[in-house]
Amino acid sequence: MKIAVCVKAVPDAAAGRRLDPGTKRLDRSGEQTVSEWDTYAIEEALVLKEAAGEGEVVVVSLGPEKAIDALRKALAMGADRAVLVSDSSFEGADLLGTAKALAGALERESPDLVLFGQQSADGGGACLWAAVADNLRRPIVSQVSELSVDGSSLTGKRQTEFGYDTLRLPLPAVVAVADSINTPRYPSLKGIMGAKKKPQETLAAADVGGVDEARTTVLALNPPPARGEARRIEDDGSAADKIVEFLVERRLL
Amino acid sequence: MKTLVFLEHHDGAIQKGALGVLAKAVALGGEVAGVVAGTGVRALAEEAGSHGAATLWVAEDERLAAPLPQPRVDVLARLVRDEGYDTVLFAQSVLAADVAAALAARLDAGLNWDLVDLSAEGVGTRPALADSVYVDVGWSSGPRLAVFRAGTFDPSPTGGSAEVKDAAVELEDFSTLAEMVEQAHAEQQGPSIEEADVIVAGGRGLGEPEKFALAEELAQALGGAVGATRAVVDAGWYPYSAQVGQTGKTVSPKLYVALGISGAIQHKVGMQGSSTIVSINKDPNAPIFEFSDLGVVGDLHAIVPKLTELVRARRS
Repeated sequence: MKIAVCVKAVPDAAAGRRLDPGTKRLDRSGEQTVSEWDTYAIEEALVLKEAAGEGEVVVVSLGPEKAIDALRKALAMGADRAVLVSDSSFEGADLLGTAKALAGALERESPDLVLFGQQSADGGGACLWAAVADNLRRPIVSQVSELSVDGSSLTGKRQTEFGYDTLRLPLPAVVAVADSINTPRYPSLKGIMGAKKKPQETLAAADVGGVDEARTTVLALNPPPARGEARRIEDDGSAADKIVEFLVERRLL
Repeated sequence: MKTLVFLEHHDGAIQKGALGVLAKAVALGGEVAGVVAGTGVRALAEEAGSHGAATLWVAEDERLAAPLPQPRVDVLARLVRDEGYDTVLFAQSVLAADVAAALAARLDAGLNWDLVDLSAEGVGTRPALADSVYVDVGWSSGPRLAVFRAGTFDPSPTGGSAEVKDAAVELEDFSTLAEMVEQAHAEQQGPSIEEADVIVAGGRGLGEPEKFALAEELAQALGGAVGATRAVVDAGWYPYSAQVGQTGKTVSPKLYVALGISGAIQHKVGMQGSSTIVSINKDPNAPIFEFSDLGVVGDLHAIVPKLTELVRARRS
Protein backbone atom coordinates (compact mmCIF):
# COMPACT_ATOMS: atom_id res chain seq x y z
CA MET A 1 0.00 0.00 0.00
CA LYS A 2 1.26 3.43 -0.94
CA ILE A 3 0.34 6.28 1.38
CA ALA A 4 0.96 9.95 0.65
CA VAL A 5 0.89 12.42 3.53
CA CYS A 6 0.39 16.09 2.70
CA VAL A 7 2.32 18.23 5.14
CA LYS A 8 3.02 21.90 5.56
CA ALA A 9 6.29 23.47 6.61
CA VAL A 10 5.63 26.29 9.05
CA PRO A 11 7.87 28.64 10.99
CA ASP A 12 8.97 27.10 14.25
CA ALA A 13 6.51 28.03 17.01
CA ALA A 14 9.39 28.72 19.38
CA ALA A 15 10.73 31.35 16.97
CA GLY A 16 7.31 33.01 16.80
CA ARG A 17 5.01 33.38 13.83
CA ARG A 18 4.24 36.73 12.27
CA LEU A 19 2.74 38.24 9.16
CA ASP A 20 5.11 40.25 6.98
CA PRO A 21 3.69 43.79 6.84
CA GLY A 22 5.11 44.18 3.30
CA THR A 23 3.75 41.06 1.59
CA LYS A 24 0.93 40.66 4.18
CA ARG A 25 1.75 36.98 4.14
CA LEU A 26 3.29 34.69 6.72
CA ASP A 27 6.93 35.50 7.32
CA ARG A 28 8.73 32.29 6.33
CA SER A 29 12.27 33.58 6.77
CA GLY A 30 12.94 31.72 10.02
CA GLU A 31 13.52 28.06 10.79
CA GLN A 32 10.91 25.71 9.36
CA THR A 33 9.33 22.73 11.01
CA VAL A 34 6.56 20.37 9.98
CA SER A 35 3.18 21.56 11.27
CA GLU A 36 2.44 19.79 14.56
CA TRP A 37 -1.01 18.82 13.26
CA ASP A 38 0.56 16.99 10.32
CA THR A 39 2.69 14.78 12.57
CA TYR A 40 -0.50 12.88 13.46
CA ALA A 41 -1.08 12.11 9.78
CA ILE A 42 2.55 11.00 9.37
CA GLU A 43 2.24 8.77 12.44
CA GLU A 44 -1.01 7.24 11.14
CA ALA A 45 0.62 6.49 7.78
CA LEU A 46 3.53 4.76 9.53
CA VAL A 47 1.16 2.75 11.72
CA LEU A 48 -0.89 1.63 8.69
CA LYS A 49 2.26 0.66 6.78
CA GLU A 50 3.58 -1.29 9.76
CA ALA A 51 0.24 -3.05 10.18
CA ALA A 52 0.18 -3.99 6.49
CA GLY A 53 3.76 -5.23 6.71
CA GLU A 54 4.60 -3.56 3.42
CA GLY A 55 4.16 -0.33 1.55
CA GLU A 56 5.60 3.11 1.15
CA VAL A 57 4.99 6.43 2.90
CA VAL A 58 5.66 9.54 0.82
CA VAL A 59 5.41 13.04 2.28
CA VAL A 60 4.25 15.69 -0.17
CA SER A 61 4.45 19.42 0.41
CA LEU A 62 4.19 22.77 -1.31
CA GLY A 63 6.53 25.40 0.03
CA PRO A 64 9.74 27.37 -0.26
CA GLU A 65 13.01 25.50 -0.92
CA LYS A 66 13.94 25.44 2.73
CA ALA A 67 10.74 23.53 3.51
CA ILE A 68 12.90 20.48 2.72
CA ASP A 69 14.33 20.86 6.26
CA ALA A 70 10.85 20.34 7.64
CA LEU A 71 10.24 17.37 5.37
CA ARG A 72 13.38 15.76 6.79
CA LYS A 73 11.62 15.62 10.14
CA ALA A 74 8.94 13.47 8.52
CA LEU A 75 11.66 11.28 7.01
CA ALA A 76 13.31 11.04 10.43
CA MET A 77 10.00 9.83 11.88
CA GLY A 78 10.06 7.01 9.34
CA ALA A 79 8.57 8.22 6.04
CA ASP A 80 10.34 6.71 3.03
CA ARG A 81 10.49 9.58 0.59
CA ALA A 82 9.77 13.30 0.30
CA VAL A 83 8.39 15.30 -2.61
CA LEU A 84 8.52 19.08 -2.39
CA VAL A 85 6.74 21.27 -4.91
CA SER A 86 8.73 24.47 -4.83
CA ASP A 87 8.63 27.28 -7.32
CA SER A 88 8.80 31.01 -6.76
CA SER A 89 5.66 31.35 -8.88
CA PHE A 90 3.70 29.67 -6.07
CA GLU A 91 4.38 32.52 -3.63
CA GLY A 92 1.06 33.88 -2.48
CA ALA A 93 -0.85 30.81 -3.71
CA ASP A 94 -4.25 30.57 -2.04
CA LEU A 95 -6.31 27.52 -1.16
CA LEU A 96 -7.16 26.89 -4.80
CA GLY A 97 -3.59 27.12 -6.09
CA THR A 98 -2.26 25.03 -3.20
CA ALA A 99 -4.87 22.34 -3.76
CA LYS A 100 -4.09 22.17 -7.48
CA ALA A 101 -0.35 21.94 -6.94
CA LEU A 102 -0.74 19.19 -4.33
CA ALA A 103 -3.21 17.32 -6.54
CA GLY A 104 -0.72 17.58 -9.41
CA ALA A 105 2.05 16.10 -7.28
CA LEU A 106 -0.28 13.40 -5.94
CA GLU A 107 -1.37 12.40 -9.43
CA ARG A 108 2.26 11.64 -10.26
CA GLU A 109 2.42 9.39 -7.22
CA SER A 110 -1.06 7.82 -7.48
CA PRO A 111 -1.16 6.60 -3.86
CA ASP A 112 -3.85 4.31 -2.45
CA LEU A 113 -4.43 6.70 0.41
CA VAL A 114 -3.81 10.42 0.92
CA LEU A 115 -3.65 11.67 4.51
CA PHE A 116 -3.92 15.21 5.88
CA GLY A 117 -3.66 16.65 9.40
CA GLN A 118 -6.69 18.46 10.80
CA GLN A 119 -5.51 22.01 10.22
CA SER A 120 -2.39 23.99 9.46
CA ALA A 121 -0.46 25.48 12.35
CA ASP A 122 -0.36 28.96 10.90
CA GLY A 123 -3.18 29.72 8.47
CA GLY A 124 -5.70 27.75 10.46
CA GLY A 125 -7.61 26.69 7.35
CA ALA A 126 -9.20 23.34 7.91
CA CYS A 127 -10.53 22.34 4.52
CA LEU A 128 -7.67 22.02 2.02
CA TRP A 129 -8.17 18.25 1.79
CA ALA A 130 -11.66 18.63 0.37
CA ALA A 131 -10.37 20.80 -2.48
CA VAL A 132 -7.57 18.31 -3.18
CA ALA A 133 -10.05 15.40 -3.15
CA ASP A 134 -12.27 17.22 -5.62
CA ASN A 135 -9.32 17.82 -7.93
CA LEU A 136 -8.36 14.14 -7.66
CA ARG A 137 -12.01 13.02 -7.95
CA ARG A 138 -11.64 10.78 -4.92
CA PRO A 139 -13.87 10.20 -1.90
CA ILE A 140 -13.08 12.12 1.27
CA VAL A 141 -13.67 11.85 5.00
CA SER A 142 -12.39 14.40 7.52
CA GLN A 143 -12.12 14.74 11.33
CA VAL A 144 -11.22 11.06 11.59
CA SER A 145 -10.29 9.79 15.05
CA GLU A 146 -10.04 6.06 14.19
CA LEU A 147 -8.90 4.59 10.91
CA SER A 148 -8.47 1.08 9.59
CA VAL A 149 -7.69 -0.19 6.11
CA ASP A 150 -8.94 -3.52 4.88
CA GLY A 151 -7.75 -4.50 1.42
CA SER A 152 -9.57 -2.26 -1.01
CA SER A 153 -11.46 -0.05 1.43
CA LEU A 154 -11.05 1.95 4.62
CA THR A 155 -13.27 2.47 7.62
CA GLY A 156 -13.08 5.76 9.44
CA LYS A 157 -14.76 7.06 12.58
CA ARG A 158 -15.24 10.79 12.34
CA GLN A 159 -16.47 13.32 14.85
CA THR A 160 -18.89 16.04 13.85
CA GLU A 161 -21.02 18.50 15.83
CA PHE A 162 -23.52 15.69 16.37
CA GLY A 163 -21.31 12.87 17.59
CA TYR A 164 -19.43 10.02 15.95
CA ASP A 165 -20.16 8.67 12.46
CA THR A 166 -18.65 5.57 10.90
CA LEU A 167 -17.91 5.71 7.18
CA ARG A 168 -16.55 3.29 4.62
CA LEU A 169 -14.66 4.54 1.58
CA PRO A 170 -13.20 2.52 -1.29
CA LEU A 171 -9.52 3.14 -2.03
CA PRO A 172 -8.04 5.31 -3.36
CA ALA A 173 -9.35 7.88 -0.93
CA VAL A 174 -8.45 11.07 0.94
CA VAL A 175 -8.61 11.22 4.75
CA ALA A 176 -8.01 14.11 7.16
CA VAL A 177 -7.17 12.89 10.67
CA ALA A 178 -7.80 14.53 14.02
CA ASP A 179 -5.08 14.91 16.63
CA SER A 180 -6.79 12.40 18.89
CA ILE A 181 -6.07 9.55 16.45
CA ASN A 182 -2.62 8.69 17.84
CA THR A 183 0.46 9.97 19.64
CA PRO A 184 3.15 10.86 17.11
CA ARG A 185 6.51 9.23 17.72
CA TYR A 186 9.67 11.24 18.22
CA PRO A 187 12.31 10.68 15.58
CA SER A 188 15.04 8.33 16.83
CA LEU A 189 18.69 9.28 16.51
CA LYS A 190 19.05 6.60 13.85
CA GLY A 191 16.04 8.04 12.05
CA ILE A 192 17.50 11.53 12.12
CA MET A 193 20.86 10.30 10.84
CA GLY A 194 19.22 8.30 8.06
CA ALA A 195 16.80 11.01 6.94
CA LYS A 196 19.29 12.89 4.78
CA LYS A 197 20.01 9.79 2.71
CA LYS A 198 16.36 9.15 1.88
CA PRO A 199 15.12 10.20 -1.59
CA GLN A 200 14.04 13.84 -1.73
CA GLU A 201 12.58 15.14 -4.94
CA THR A 202 11.80 18.75 -5.83
CA LEU A 203 9.15 19.53 -8.42
CA ALA A 204 8.65 22.80 -10.28
CA ALA A 205 5.33 24.37 -11.22
CA ALA A 206 5.48 22.85 -14.70
CA ASP A 207 5.72 19.34 -13.20
CA VAL A 208 2.40 19.70 -11.42
CA GLY A 209 0.33 21.41 -14.09
CA GLY A 210 1.36 25.04 -13.70
CA VAL A 211 0.29 27.82 -11.38
CA ASP A 212 -3.15 29.30 -11.00
CA GLU A 213 -3.58 32.93 -10.19
CA ALA A 214 -4.88 33.43 -6.65
CA ARG A 215 -8.62 34.09 -6.50
CA THR A 216 -8.39 35.66 -3.06
CA THR A 217 -6.49 38.74 -1.95
CA VAL A 218 -5.06 40.05 1.30
CA LEU A 219 -5.85 43.75 1.55
CA ALA A 220 -4.69 44.95 4.95
CA LEU A 221 -3.46 43.88 8.38
CA ASN A 222 -5.17 45.46 11.36
CA PRO A 223 -4.75 45.18 15.12
CA PRO A 224 -7.38 43.03 16.83
CA PRO A 225 -10.22 44.74 18.70
CA ALA A 226 -9.33 45.22 22.36
CA ARG A 227 -10.59 42.47 24.63
CA GLY A 228 -10.29 44.42 27.83
CA GLU A 229 -7.29 44.10 30.06
CA ALA A 230 -5.85 40.61 30.17
CA ARG A 231 -4.09 39.69 33.37
CA ARG A 232 -1.47 37.05 33.83
CA ILE A 233 -0.19 35.68 37.13
CA GLU A 234 2.30 33.00 38.12
CA ASP A 235 1.17 30.84 40.98
CA ASP A 236 3.20 31.50 44.11
CA GLY A 237 0.75 29.69 46.35
CA SER A 238 -1.81 32.50 46.32
CA ALA A 239 -3.36 31.87 42.89
CA ALA A 240 -6.66 30.54 44.31
CA ASP A 241 -7.09 33.73 46.38
CA LYS A 242 -6.27 35.89 43.39
CA ILE A 243 -8.79 34.10 41.20
CA VAL A 244 -11.48 34.66 43.84
CA GLU A 245 -10.54 38.37 44.06
CA PHE A 246 -10.82 38.60 40.28
CA LEU A 247 -14.23 36.89 40.21
CA VAL A 248 -15.53 39.18 42.96
CA GLU A 249 -14.23 42.24 41.11
CA ARG A 250 -16.04 41.10 37.95
CA ARG A 251 -19.19 40.43 40.01
CA LEU A 252 -19.07 36.77 39.09
CA LEU A 253 -19.02 35.66 42.71
CA MET B 1 -25.29 40.94 -5.04
CA LYS B 2 -26.89 37.57 -5.65
CA THR B 3 -26.26 35.37 -2.65
CA LEU B 4 -26.72 31.68 -1.97
CA VAL B 5 -26.54 30.47 1.66
CA PHE B 6 -25.83 26.83 2.48
CA LEU B 7 -28.46 25.88 5.06
CA GLU B 8 -27.21 22.92 7.06
CA HIS B 9 -29.90 21.09 8.97
CA HIS B 10 -30.12 18.41 11.59
CA ASP B 11 -33.11 16.63 13.10
CA GLY B 12 -35.61 18.63 11.06
CA ALA B 13 -34.27 22.08 11.89
CA ILE B 14 -31.84 24.43 10.18
CA GLN B 15 -28.67 24.96 12.21
CA LYS B 16 -28.62 28.21 14.18
CA GLY B 17 -25.27 29.21 12.69
CA ALA B 18 -26.63 28.85 9.16
CA LEU B 19 -29.66 31.00 10.03
CA GLY B 20 -27.23 33.58 11.42
CA VAL B 21 -25.35 33.68 8.12
CA LEU B 22 -28.70 33.99 6.34
CA ALA B 23 -29.43 37.06 8.48
CA LYS B 24 -26.04 38.48 7.49
CA ALA B 25 -26.81 37.85 3.80
CA VAL B 26 -30.11 39.74 4.16
CA ALA B 27 -28.29 42.62 5.86
CA LEU B 28 -25.80 42.80 2.98
CA GLY B 29 -28.69 43.29 0.58
CA GLY B 30 -29.52 41.99 -2.87
CA GLU B 31 -31.14 38.73 -3.79
CA VAL B 32 -30.87 36.06 -1.09
CA ALA B 33 -31.56 32.37 -1.56
CA GLY B 34 -30.91 29.35 0.61
CA VAL B 35 -30.23 25.76 -0.36
CA VAL B 36 -31.10 22.63 1.59
CA ALA B 37 -30.07 19.12 0.61
CA GLY B 38 -31.22 15.83 2.06
CA THR B 39 -34.43 13.87 2.49
CA GLY B 40 -37.63 15.43 3.82
CA VAL B 41 -36.03 18.86 3.52
CA ARG B 42 -38.95 20.58 1.78
CA ALA B 43 -40.39 21.04 5.26
CA LEU B 44 -37.56 23.46 6.05
CA ALA B 45 -38.98 26.07 3.65
CA GLU B 46 -40.99 27.85 6.33
CA GLU B 47 -38.01 28.24 8.65
CA ALA B 48 -35.76 29.41 5.78
CA GLY B 49 -38.36 31.89 4.55
CA SER B 50 -39.13 33.35 7.94
CA HIS B 51 -35.39 33.95 8.45
CA GLY B 52 -34.83 35.87 5.24
CA ALA B 53 -34.49 33.50 2.28
CA ALA B 54 -36.58 34.82 -0.64
CA THR B 55 -35.94 31.59 -2.52
CA LEU B 56 -35.24 28.15 -1.13
CA TRP B 57 -33.58 25.61 -3.40
CA VAL B 58 -34.55 22.12 -2.36
CA ALA B 59 -32.37 19.16 -3.31
CA GLU B 60 -34.43 16.20 -2.21
CA ASP B 61 -32.73 12.88 -2.89
CA GLU B 62 -32.04 9.63 -1.08
CA ARG B 63 -28.35 9.94 -2.04
CA LEU B 64 -28.21 13.18 -0.01
CA ALA B 65 -29.65 11.60 3.15
CA ALA B 66 -26.31 11.24 4.96
CA PRO B 67 -24.58 14.52 5.89
CA LEU B 68 -21.62 14.01 3.54
CA PRO B 69 -19.97 16.80 1.56
CA GLN B 70 -19.30 15.54 -1.95
CA PRO B 71 -22.83 15.06 -3.33
CA ARG B 72 -23.71 18.49 -1.91
CA VAL B 73 -20.83 20.01 -3.87
CA ASP B 74 -22.39 18.68 -7.09
CA VAL B 75 -25.76 20.27 -6.23
CA LEU B 76 -24.28 23.64 -5.23
CA ALA B 77 -21.88 23.80 -8.20
CA ARG B 78 -24.73 23.37 -10.64
CA LEU B 79 -26.90 25.95 -8.85
CA VAL B 80 -24.15 28.56 -8.77
CA ARG B 81 -23.35 28.04 -12.46
CA ASP B 82 -26.94 27.86 -13.72
CA GLU B 83 -28.38 30.65 -11.58
CA GLY B 84 -25.34 32.92 -11.57
CA TYR B 85 -24.88 33.40 -7.83
CA ASP B 86 -21.95 35.74 -7.21
CA THR B 87 -21.65 35.02 -3.49
CA VAL B 88 -21.95 31.71 -1.62
CA LEU B 89 -21.92 31.81 2.19
CA PHE B 90 -21.43 29.08 4.79
CA ALA B 91 -21.51 28.84 8.59
CA GLN B 92 -18.49 26.89 9.85
CA SER B 93 -19.09 23.20 10.53
CA VAL B 94 -17.37 19.96 9.66
CA LEU B 95 -19.75 19.51 6.73
CA ALA B 96 -19.80 23.13 5.55
CA ALA B 97 -15.99 23.48 5.53
CA ASP B 98 -15.61 20.41 3.32
CA VAL B 99 -18.43 21.49 1.00
CA ALA B 100 -17.01 25.02 0.67
CA ALA B 101 -13.44 23.95 -0.10
CA ALA B 102 -14.46 21.33 -2.64
CA LEU B 103 -16.91 23.79 -4.23
CA ALA B 104 -14.08 26.32 -4.57
CA ALA B 105 -12.01 23.71 -6.40
CA ARG B 106 -14.93 22.74 -8.62
CA LEU B 107 -15.87 26.31 -9.56
CA ASP B 108 -12.29 27.58 -9.70
CA ALA B 109 -13.46 30.19 -7.21
CA GLY B 110 -11.83 32.01 -4.31
CA LEU B 111 -12.64 30.88 -0.78
CA ASN B 112 -12.01 32.93 2.36
CA TRP B 113 -12.68 31.13 5.61
CA ASP B 114 -12.93 31.77 9.34
CA LEU B 115 -14.39 35.21 8.62
CA VAL B 116 -15.97 37.23 11.40
CA ASP B 117 -17.40 39.87 9.07
CA LEU B 118 -18.07 40.74 5.44
CA SER B 119 -18.86 44.17 4.02
CA ALA B 120 -21.22 44.95 1.16
CA GLU B 121 -18.11 46.03 -0.78
CA GLY B 122 -16.81 42.46 -0.55
CA VAL B 123 -14.13 42.84 2.10
CA GLY B 124 -13.98 40.05 4.65
CA THR B 125 -12.40 40.14 8.11
CA ARG B 126 -10.33 37.15 9.17
CA PRO B 127 -8.56 36.94 12.52
CA ALA B 128 -5.17 35.23 12.10
CA LEU B 129 -2.32 33.88 14.21
CA ALA B 130 -4.37 33.20 17.33
CA ASP B 131 -6.42 36.36 16.64
CA SER B 132 -3.37 38.58 17.17
CA VAL B 133 -4.01 40.27 13.84
CA TYR B 134 -7.21 40.97 11.89
CA VAL B 135 -6.70 40.56 8.16
CA ASP B 136 -8.85 42.26 5.54
CA VAL B 137 -9.34 39.77 2.71
CA GLY B 138 -11.01 40.01 -0.67
CA TRP B 139 -11.68 38.17 -3.90
CA SER B 140 -10.07 38.90 -7.26
CA SER B 141 -12.80 37.12 -9.22
CA GLY B 142 -16.25 35.67 -8.75
CA PRO B 143 -18.04 33.79 -7.43
CA ARG B 144 -16.98 34.69 -3.91
CA LEU B 145 -17.09 31.84 -1.40
CA ALA B 146 -16.91 32.53 2.34
CA VAL B 147 -17.09 30.46 5.51
CA PHE B 148 -17.94 32.37 8.68
CA ARG B 149 -16.63 31.44 12.09
CA ALA B 150 -19.16 29.57 14.22
CA GLY B 151 -21.53 31.75 16.21
CA THR B 152 -20.56 34.99 14.43
CA PHE B 153 -24.08 36.07 13.58
CA ASP B 154 -27.39 35.58 15.35
CA PRO B 155 -30.49 34.54 13.41
CA SER B 156 -32.92 37.38 12.75
CA PRO B 157 -36.49 36.42 11.89
CA THR B 158 -37.93 38.53 9.09
CA GLY B 159 -41.36 36.93 9.00
CA GLY B 160 -41.04 36.42 5.25
CA SER B 161 -41.65 33.34 3.20
CA ALA B 162 -39.54 31.57 0.61
CA GLU B 163 -40.44 30.57 -2.91
CA VAL B 164 -39.54 26.89 -3.10
CA LYS B 165 -37.69 25.65 -6.18
CA ASP B 166 -36.29 22.24 -6.97
CA ALA B 167 -32.55 21.99 -7.42
CA ALA B 168 -31.24 19.46 -9.92
CA VAL B 169 -29.47 16.50 -8.34
CA GLU B 170 -26.91 15.17 -10.81
CA LEU B 171 -24.02 13.55 -9.03
CA GLU B 172 -20.45 12.85 -10.08
CA ASP B 173 -19.36 9.21 -10.01
CA PHE B 174 -16.89 9.77 -7.14
CA SER B 175 -19.31 11.80 -5.03
CA THR B 176 -21.28 8.80 -3.81
CA LEU B 177 -18.36 6.49 -3.04
CA ALA B 178 -18.17 7.42 0.65
CA GLU B 179 -20.78 5.39 2.47
CA MET B 180 -22.29 6.16 5.88
CA VAL B 181 -22.18 2.91 7.86
CA GLU B 182 -23.45 4.29 11.13
CA GLN B 183 -24.64 7.82 11.75
CA ALA B 184 -24.35 9.61 15.07
CA HIS B 185 -27.38 9.71 17.30
CA ALA B 186 -27.87 12.69 19.57
CA GLU B 187 -26.68 11.72 23.03
CA GLN B 188 -28.07 14.35 25.32
CA GLN B 189 -27.58 13.81 29.02
CA GLY B 190 -28.67 16.34 31.61
CA PRO B 191 -29.05 20.06 30.89
CA SER B 192 -27.21 21.33 27.84
CA ILE B 193 -24.00 23.20 28.56
CA GLU B 194 -25.09 25.73 25.94
CA GLU B 195 -27.51 27.20 28.48
CA ALA B 196 -25.10 27.40 31.44
CA ASP B 197 -23.94 30.77 32.82
CA VAL B 198 -20.76 29.23 34.18
CA ILE B 199 -18.72 26.46 32.57
CA VAL B 200 -15.68 24.77 34.07
CA ALA B 201 -13.93 22.85 31.33
CA GLY B 202 -11.16 20.30 31.54
CA GLY B 203 -8.49 19.25 29.06
CA ARG B 204 -5.59 16.88 28.82
CA GLY B 205 -3.76 18.85 31.50
CA LEU B 206 -6.01 17.23 34.12
CA GLY B 207 -3.72 14.24 33.68
CA GLU B 208 -6.19 11.38 34.05
CA PRO B 209 -9.95 10.79 33.73
CA GLU B 210 -10.51 10.59 37.49
CA LYS B 211 -9.24 14.15 37.84
CA PHE B 212 -12.37 15.43 36.10
CA ALA B 213 -13.74 15.40 39.65
CA LEU B 214 -11.74 18.61 40.16
CA ALA B 215 -13.68 20.29 37.36
CA GLU B 216 -16.97 18.85 38.57
CA GLU B 217 -16.49 20.06 42.13
CA LEU B 218 -15.49 23.57 41.04
CA ALA B 219 -18.43 23.68 38.62
CA GLN B 220 -20.78 22.65 41.39
CA ALA B 221 -19.38 25.29 43.74
CA LEU B 222 -19.83 27.97 41.07
CA GLY B 223 -23.29 26.70 40.11
CA GLY B 224 -22.14 25.81 36.60
CA ALA B 225 -21.76 22.97 34.15
CA VAL B 226 -18.74 20.92 33.09
CA GLY B 227 -17.20 21.15 29.64
CA ALA B 228 -14.44 19.16 27.98
CA THR B 229 -12.02 19.38 25.08
CA ARG B 230 -12.09 17.09 22.09
CA ALA B 231 -8.85 15.42 23.17
CA VAL B 232 -10.31 14.13 26.42
CA VAL B 233 -13.66 13.22 24.84
CA ASP B 234 -11.94 11.20 22.12
CA ALA B 235 -9.83 9.58 24.83
CA GLY B 236 -13.03 8.51 26.60
CA TRP B 237 -12.49 10.61 29.75
CA TYR B 238 -15.75 12.50 29.41
CA PRO B 239 -18.97 12.22 27.35
CA TYR B 240 -19.26 13.90 23.98
CA SER B 241 -22.31 15.90 25.12
CA ALA B 242 -19.91 18.04 27.19
CA GLN B 243 -17.49 18.77 24.37
CA VAL B 244 -16.83 22.43 23.61
CA GLY B 245 -15.25 23.35 20.31
CA GLN B 246 -15.37 23.17 16.55
CA THR B 247 -16.93 19.72 16.49
CA GLY B 248 -18.72 20.12 19.80
CA LYS B 249 -20.86 22.81 21.38
CA THR B 250 -20.40 26.52 20.87
CA VAL B 251 -20.91 28.23 24.23
CA SER B 252 -20.91 31.80 25.49
CA PRO B 253 -21.32 31.72 29.28
CA LYS B 254 -20.66 34.66 31.60
CA LEU B 255 -17.68 32.78 33.04
CA TYR B 256 -15.55 30.10 31.41
CA VAL B 257 -12.89 28.43 33.52
CA ALA B 258 -10.37 26.39 31.49
CA LEU B 259 -8.40 23.78 33.41
CA GLY B 260 -5.39 22.24 31.71
CA ILE B 261 -6.56 23.33 28.26
CA SER B 262 -3.94 24.46 25.76
CA GLY B 263 -6.39 26.48 23.66
CA ALA B 264 -6.11 24.80 20.26
CA ILE B 265 -8.24 26.42 17.57
CA GLN B 266 -10.53 23.39 17.67
CA HIS B 267 -11.44 24.33 21.25
CA LYS B 268 -11.17 28.08 20.99
CA VAL B 269 -13.84 28.54 18.34
CA GLY B 270 -16.34 26.95 20.68
CA MET B 271 -15.74 29.17 23.71
CA GLN B 272 -14.20 32.47 22.64
CA GLY B 273 -17.59 34.17 22.91
CA SER B 274 -17.53 33.74 26.70
CA SER B 275 -17.76 37.06 28.59
CA THR B 276 -14.95 36.26 31.01
CA ILE B 277 -12.32 33.57 30.55
CA VAL B 278 -10.11 32.33 33.39
CA SER B 279 -7.50 29.72 32.58
CA ILE B 280 -5.10 27.66 34.60
CA ASN B 281 -2.27 25.90 32.77
CA LYS B 282 1.24 24.93 33.75
CA ASP B 283 2.62 25.78 30.29
CA PRO B 284 3.33 29.55 30.17
CA ASN B 285 3.27 29.34 26.34
CA ALA B 286 -0.20 27.77 26.12
CA PRO B 287 -2.20 29.66 23.45
CA ILE B 288 -5.19 29.85 25.81
CA PHE B 289 -3.44 32.68 27.68
CA GLU B 290 -3.69 34.80 24.52
CA PHE B 291 -7.43 35.08 24.94
CA SER B 292 -7.91 34.72 28.69
CA ASP B 293 -9.00 37.64 30.87
CA LEU B 294 -7.11 36.05 33.74
CA GLY B 295 -4.37 33.56 32.98
CA VAL B 296 -2.81 31.60 35.80
CA VAL B 297 0.46 29.79 35.18
CA GLY B 298 0.57 27.03 37.74
CA ASP B 299 -0.33 23.51 38.78
CA LEU B 300 -4.10 23.12 38.60
CA HIS B 301 -3.96 20.13 40.92
CA ALA B 302 -2.72 22.42 43.69
CA ILE B 303 -4.83 25.47 42.79
CA VAL B 304 -8.28 24.04 41.99
CA PRO B 305 -9.07 22.24 45.28
CA LYS B 306 -8.19 25.41 47.17
CA LEU B 307 -10.19 27.55 44.76
CA THR B 308 -13.23 25.28 45.13
CA GLU B 309 -13.00 25.56 48.91
CA LEU B 310 -12.77 29.38 48.76
CA VAL B 311 -15.74 29.63 46.38
CA ARG B 312 -17.83 27.36 48.59
CA ALA B 313 -16.95 29.42 51.65
CA ARG B 314 -17.94 32.63 49.88
CA ARG B 315 -21.24 31.33 48.63
CA SER B 316 -22.39 29.68 51.86
